[in-house]
Amino acid sequence: MLDRSLIGKTYPECFFLVNKKRLIAFAKATQQSDPIYFDEDIAKKDGHPSILAPLTFLTTTRYEQEKPYQYLDDLGISLGRILHAKQEYTNYESIYAGDELRMDSKIGDIYDKKDGMLEFVSFISNYKNQKNVLVAESVSTLVLRNNEKK
Amino acid sequence: MKKNEINNFRIGDEIPNFHIKPISRSMLTLYATASGDHNPIHIDSDYAKKSGLPDVIAHGMLIMSFLGQTITNIFPQGSIKKFDSKFLAMTNINDCLTCKGKIINIELKDSLKRFSLKLLVIDSSGKKKLSGSAIVELKLNEKNK
Repeated sequence: MLDRSLIGKTYPECFFLVNKKRLIAFAKATQQSDPIYFDEDIAKKDGHPSILAPLTFLTTTRYEQEKPYQYLDDLGISLGRILHAKQEYTNYESIYAGDELRMDSKIGDIYDKKDGMLEFVSFISNYKNQKNVLVAESVSTLVLRNNEKK
Repeated sequence: MKKNEINNFRIGDEIPNFHIKPISRSMLTLYATASGDHNPIHIDSDYAKKSGLPDVIAHGMLIMSFLGQTITNIFPQGSIKKFDSKFLAMTNINDCLTCKGKIINIELKDSLKRFSLKLLVIDSSGKKKLSGSAIVELKLNEKNK
């Protein structure tokens, strides 16, 4: 069983620049058809300050960290044993190219189902922009199967 | 176009389906590069087979991004306050997926019109891959750009 005392453990703040090239690449890879996600002129004509970050773009911030899964290491979980069970986003403000985001994270919860055969870990990240405005919250829940030995 | 559609929505209505092109290796490679998620289970067949899978599987977050477009095809992104999804089954190469959305509630609150959506991604045999939900809040009288 995972160490429940790690619930609430916080992680150092991370900084990310929302890079325009990165946004355009992400829009292409996710096959966005609306040009507000990849054409700055059209985005501006539509009333946006710059290219808009798509709904799931914040997922990329994880991989910009040196150790994207430090919290799994802390819990003693290897990446091969987990699956992404659930992803939740709460959006407060839009995110645009050029924004500077600050991410605060913590282990939100650890719980189990099916008599401990399945254990869940939720990881909560809050994002603020350069104006110190909370723009989004992400809750990423991973599931660990204890019945499968690897 | 969007505005008229939105104003006509009633509880129980479905929003238009969004059909995803068949999942291909190049889609997954492109997404790995763009997202930074280089987990080999999505891009390396040998690794996937060693892990007990028939082949590479799609990134769940890629499928979630397609599901997101089902909503943004209709509603302005800035009005989408909550968006979540549960990953129910793995998506394989050549899977043909369809994203669906249904309006399960509409409420007027202060000067807001709040839509609750139930979302689903299924493959061509009807198997559920993702289920999700979204909350959309539009200001009344807002120009729905």
